[in-house]
Amino acid sequence: MSTGRRQFLKAAGVTGLLGLVGSPLLKIFAPGELEASSEFREGAALTARRWSLVVDMKAFPTEESYTKCIEACNYTHNIPRMDNEKHEVKWIWPETYEHAFPDNYDVYLSENIESMTFLVLCNHCDNPPCVRVCPTKATFKREDGIVAMDYHRCIGCRFCMAACPYGARSFNWRDPRPFTKNVNPLYPTRTKGVVEKCNFCADRLYRGEQPACVEASGGALIFGDLKDKDSNVRNILRTKFAITRKPDRGTLPRVYYIIGGS
Amino acid sequence: MIEKALSGNKFYWAWVCFLLAVIAVGVASYIRQFHYGLGITGMSRDVSWGFYIAQFTFFVGVAASAVMVVMPYYLHNFKRFGRITILGEFLAIPAVVMCMLFIFVDMGQPTRILNVILYYTPNSIMFWDMVALSGYLTINVLVGWTTLSSQQKSVPPPKWVKPLIYLSIPWAFSIHTVTAFLYAGLPARHFWLSAIMAARFLASAFAGGPALLVILCLIIKRITKFDPGEKAIKGLVTIVTYALIVNIFFIGLELFTALYSQVPGHMQTFQYLYFGLGGHGKLIPLMWFSTFLAISAVVLLLVPATRTNQITLLFACASVHISLWFDKGFGFVIGGFVPNPLEKVTEYWPTLNELLVTTGIWSIGLLILTALYRIAISVKVELEA
Repeated sequence: MSTGRRQFLKAAGVTGLLGLVGSPLLKIFAPGELEASSEFREGAALTARRWSLVVDMKAFPTEESYTKCIEACNYTHNIPRMDNEKHEVKWIWPETYEHAFPDNYDVYLSENIESMTFLVLCNHCDNPPCVRVCPTKATFKREDGIVAMDYHRCIGCRFCMAACPYGARSFNWRDPRPFTKNVNPLYPTRTKGVVEKCNFCADRLYRGEQPACVEASGGALIFGDLKDKDSNVRNILRTKFAITRKPDRGTLPRVYYIIGGS
Repeated sequence: MIEKALSGNKFYWAWVCFLLAVIAVGVASYIRQFHYGLGITGMSRDVSWGFYIAQFTFFVGVAASAVMVVMPYYLHNFKRFGRITILGEFLAIPAVVMCMLFIFVDMGQPTRILNVILYYTPNSIMFWDMVALSGYLTINVLVGWTTLSSQQKSVPPPKWVKPLIYLSIPWAFSIHTVTAFLYAGLPARHFWLSAIMAARFLASAFAGGPALLVILCLIIKRITKFDPGEKAIKGLVTIVTYALIVNIFFIGLELFTALYSQVPGHMQTFQYLYFGLGGHGKLIPLMWFSTFLAISAVVLLLVPATRTNQITLLFACASVHISLWFDKGFGFVIGGFVPNPLEKVTEYWPTLNELLVTTGIWSIGLLILTALYRIAISVKVELEA
């Protein structure tokens, strides 16, 4: 009797173990079965081989026109309004020519340029130093060129902030949530201690929408595929003279500025 | 051997208790920072590294400087350093521990620190810094402890120690080179983007570290029965003198390139540090004080009368150490962020909480140093008795 019971228990134990360990094991060894490993895209998603942005300065006549873009971004990504300037979080913000293009500045430039306000943001560089220095791959370059962030992997070492030649990155020096009044439920809020920056609205592209700033710009910001020779951005860049910020750093920025003549 | 750290007179215990108290304040301040976030420090969006990373950089130098006693003794058979080799190795251990702690307290998400290993990224210099520092710590613990316990037992050290000692020599150079590479490869920061950075780091390390060791030797001579030996100290002083002069020479090279070329990006940080930029100049007094100390130390170390007098020697070595502490443990890191990439100036100054965390880490370092030196000196004194 007792042997029988022991054998039964053994058999039950082995079966139980198989049930616990076996079925996930089988799943791992059967590629294609795991849902997480497969790419899921909604049919409407906007895709490109190399996303880029062109800023047409002539189309930004008033303060209101660019403020709309900034506000659209701030809402879309739950950007907190910190009360201390040192703790500021900003993804897209206004600068004068002198600060946006410090290497190309001269006191005798046209008055027109002096009065212009340039929207600056992450350049989604082709050769991004922030990605090169990140010790955890929390910031990475996607196949479509977007330099993205994983807020859950970031350890907050801020090496990327030291490496970015454009000052495009912000750190959450304290809990940002109390400083986000109007929360957009479609995008996560962040925790203290992580770095963040413009993500070219990867989340909106996924849903088939243009980046928030582009949508709000009324045509002043043009977003498109740099590797498609017939794309909107390529057509503009072919005909109009554009500049990028600090091209001498070898980062290959992918945000272009058309300043125009008179 | 470890039991030797647990015995001492009342001054020893008073000192240990004092350190423990400062550590407790540091830990409490860190808990406060942990809950509030790094916003409790003086750092900002523009100056995103501050005192912690600067102190880390400085103490990597102190750690690396152990090689300045190890190399002459083991590689060149410079017998005079035999008495202080262990002091050099045991100085490197708390220095590396402090480096690691300074990195840790600077993390925005310290609980995720293992991501550096889980998602190891060899293209990040920080990965190599982790490898270099933890390797160096292991080597020094193994070598220091094993050689000392062999000495205690009056037996030759085991054979496997020798290769480790030889390995520790290039490894010491590597830790400071890798630390320099953290800065010297960033296209964003003109001030750091300099090929001479690693060499300059090593020169300043080989001045500042041995200077500290001279001070420690003089203290040990006074308060313990162990005499590190005048000849050993003399050897160290020679190293300090040459390394300091080389370091000043390297800074001169930097200044020449920046000021003669007149490239604005290269000049701006120097302008900020020594003369102020756009009306901002919080660091000016520190930088000139550091310069003054370095120059007076060179004079004191070169003149035979002041070099051999213990009081002036102590003063000279303290000047070297403090001068480099201001230069590398403060100005170098902060300066790199001024002006910011948009050529605007945001200034930095550490907050009280930040300083308390820092003094807590120093005290942890001092406590480890005290315990290790207590052990080493007890063993040496017993052997000589």
